[in-house]
Amino acid sequence: MATAEQTPSIRLDPPAPSPHFNGRWSGFNQLLLARMKELLREPELIFWIFGFPLLLAAGLGVAFRNKPLERTTIAIVSGSGAQDVLNLIQHSPQASSITARVLDRAQALQAFHLGKYDLVVEPDGRGGVCYIYDPSRQETVLSRADVNDALQQAAGRKNAIPVSSFVSAEPGSRYIDFLIPGLLGMTLMNSGMWGVGFAIVDMRQRKLLKRFLATPMRESDFLLALAASRLFLMLIEVALLLGLGVLAFHIRVLGSLWSVLLLGTLGSVAFGGFGLLTACRARKIETVSGLINLAMMPMWIFSGVFFSYEHFPAKILPYIKALPLTALNDSLRDTILQGAPLTAQAGRILVLLLWGGISFLLAMKWFRWT
Amino acid sequence: MPVSIQCRDLRKTYDGKVEAVRGLNLEIQAGECFGLLGPNGAGKTTTIEILEGLLPPTSGQVTILGHTWETHPRELREWLGISLQETRLSEKLSVRETIELFASFYRQPRSASEVIEELQLTEKADAWVGKLSGGQRQRLAVATALVGNPKILFLDEPTTGLDPQSRRQLWEIVRTFIRKGGTVLLTTHYMEEAERLCDRLAIIDHGQVIAEGTPSELIERLGGHHVVEFAVNDNSNAESLDRWKTLPGVESVRHTDGVVSLNVREPHHTIPALLDMVRMRNSQLLHLTTRQASLEDVFVNLTGRHLREE
Repeated sequence: MATAEQTPSIRLDPPAPSPHFNGRWSGFNQLLLARMKELLREPELIFWIFGFPLLLAAGLGVAFRNKPLERTTIAIVSGSGAQDVLNLIQHSPQASSITARVLDRAQALQAFHLGKYDLVVEPDGRGGVCYIYDPSRQETVLSRADVNDALQQAAGRKNAIPVSSFVSAEPGSRYIDFLIPGLLGMTLMNSGMWGVGFAIVDMRQRKLLKRFLATPMRESDFLLALAASRLFLMLIEVALLLGLGVLAFHIRVLGSLWSVLLLGTLGSVAFGGFGLLTACRARKIETVSGLINLAMMPMWIFSGVFFSYEHFPAKILPYIKALPLTALNDSLRDTILQGAPLTAQAGRILVLLLWGGISFLLAMKWFRWT
Repeated sequence: MPVSIQCRDLRKTYDGKVEAVRGLNLEIQAGECFGLLGPNGAGKTTTIEILEGLLPPTSGQVTILGHTWETHPRELREWLGISLQETRLSEKLSVRETIELFASFYRQPRSASEVIEELQLTEKADAWVGKLSGGQRQRLAVATALVGNPKILFLDEPTTGLDPQSRRQLWEIVRTFIRKGGTVLLTTHYMEEAERLCDRLAIIDHGQVIAEGTPSELIERLGGHHVVEFAVNDNSNAESLDRWKTLPGVESVRHTDGVVSLNVREPHHTIPALLDMVRMRNSQLLHLTTRQASLEDVFVNLTGRHLREE
C-alpha cells in the first residue's frame, strides 16, 4: 500500500533539452499533414472522391455521345410496291445515308416501336406511300422528311431553287461538354460536404475534438487545416475531371484556368461551409449523414448536373438558380465552354459567397466540440 | 507545500435536474499522486473534466497552479497533460505521427522518440493506431499527454479494460512521472489501483467526497486491519448478528447473502473464539476466510454498496 510522502517544496526537474521549439504554425501544419494522410490512406475515400466521378464522366460520355443524325434506318412493308420503293431509295441522291429493309407489316411495326427503325414506309399499292412515324420521337420526324425528300427526288421532282449545304459545328455543344462541368460541380459538392461534415462528426463522436480541446491547439488552426485540405483536394479534382474531358473527349477549355480554379475555390468555400453547418452540432454519424443527403438531393436533381434545368417549370427557376450547385455549375459551364469572364458571373459568385459565408457564421455560432 | 490543484464547493448540475457534483472540495499537493475513487456514476469524470477545463462548473472555484481557467486558459493547457476516458485516436495514423501531431500544439514539447521509448512503444512506432492492442493504445494516449512536458497529468480511468500486465506497465509510467516531480490526478474504480498508486485518495459517491486521506489512514478507520468472513448453517438473521459482536476483538459486523463479515484487530484471538461459539451451538461452519482489509471494505462500510456493481 502506498504511504503518504510529505515531500518538501517541490522543484520540478527542468525538462530534458528539447530539440524543438514550436513556431506559431506548427499546429496548423501538423493538422493539415495528418488530415491529408488520413484521407489518402483510406482507399474507399480515394474511390468515391476521385474514381467515381471519372467513371461516371467516362461512362455517360460514351453512352450519350452524339451520333450523327444523317444516317437513318427504315423499314419498308412487304407487298406490292415494296420493291419499287426500295429501288427509288437506292437510286436517290441520299442513298448512302438511308438504310432500308423490307419486312412484313407486323414485324416492321414491332421493330419500329422498339426503336430499331426510324420510320416505316408502307406502299399503298397504287404507286404512293404512307409514312408511319411518331411525333414524340424526334428521329422519326426527321427520317420522314429525309426519306420523303429522297423518294420524291428519285421519282423526278426538281428543286425550284438551287440549294447547297455547309456544315458549321461549334465545339462545346455535345452532351459530354455539358456534362463535365456539371460533374465537376457535383464532385466539389460531394467531397466538400462529406469531407468536412463527416470528418467533424466522426471526430466528435470519437471524442477526438474533446481531446484536442484540452491541448493548446488553436480552434482556428483546426478549421483552417480542414479548409486547406479541402482546397488541395479541389485542385486534384479539377485536374482529374478537366484532364479526362480534354484528353479523352477533346473538350476545349475556352476560359482561363485561373478562372476555373477561382470558381473551384469558391465552390469549396460554399460547400465546405455548408458541410460545416450540417456538422456543427450532430453527435452521431447517422444524423449528419441524413442532413447532408437532405441538403444534397435537391441539388442533384435541380441544379443541372446531368440535364439542363430549363426543362423545369418557369415558376421554380429563380429558386433553382439560388442554389449553390446551380451557381457553380452555370459559372463553370460558361467559363469552360464559352470563355465568359468572371465579371459576367458576379451574381453566381455572390450566391456562392453568401452560402459559404452565412453557413460558416452560423456554424461558428452553434458549434460544439463535445 | 505548494498546492497544485484546488477546488472549492464545486457543483455541476445538468439540465437543472441531474446533480452530478454536489459541493466538492479538493486540495492536491504538488508532486503527489491523488486518486478519486468511487463507483460508476459517482461524479469522478465530471469532476476531473471540470478541473481539466473541458466543462464549466455550475458554481465553485477551481485554481490550478495558482491560475484559473477564466484568466489563463492557454497557459494552463501548456502545463497540463490529460488522458480522457475512451478517446479513439485516428486509426490510420502511426504512433509516431500521432505523437508528433500532439507535440505540435505545445511550445516546447519533448521529442517524440524519447516519449515513444519511455512508454515502450518503440517497436510499434511506425504501426498504425488501428493495429495496436488495448494496452498499447492506452500507453499511446498517455504518451500524447506526456509529450507536452506537463506539470500535472490528469488520467481518467486509465486502466479500465486492460489486462493485469498492461495495467502494471501503466502504473510504472505514472510512478516515473511522479519521481520526476510531476503531479498526478487520476480517477478509478479499481481499489487495487488506488491503494498501490495513490499517495492520497478522496472517496467519491453521489457527487460528494465521503472520505479522504492516505489509503492506510482510510483502512485504519475501519478499526481493524483484518476481515474474517464466514457462513454458518443455522439461519443467521439480523438479531443473531449481535452474538458475533461479543467475540473478542470485533470492531464491526456486516452481513451479506448469508456471509458474515467481521472487522477484527487480531484474528488469532477472534477465530478460535468463533470456532468455540459455533461448536457450542452445534452449528456447522460452512465457509471461513480471513484477509486484509481493503479500500473496498472502507467503501462498503461507508455506503453499504460495492465499488463495482457485480
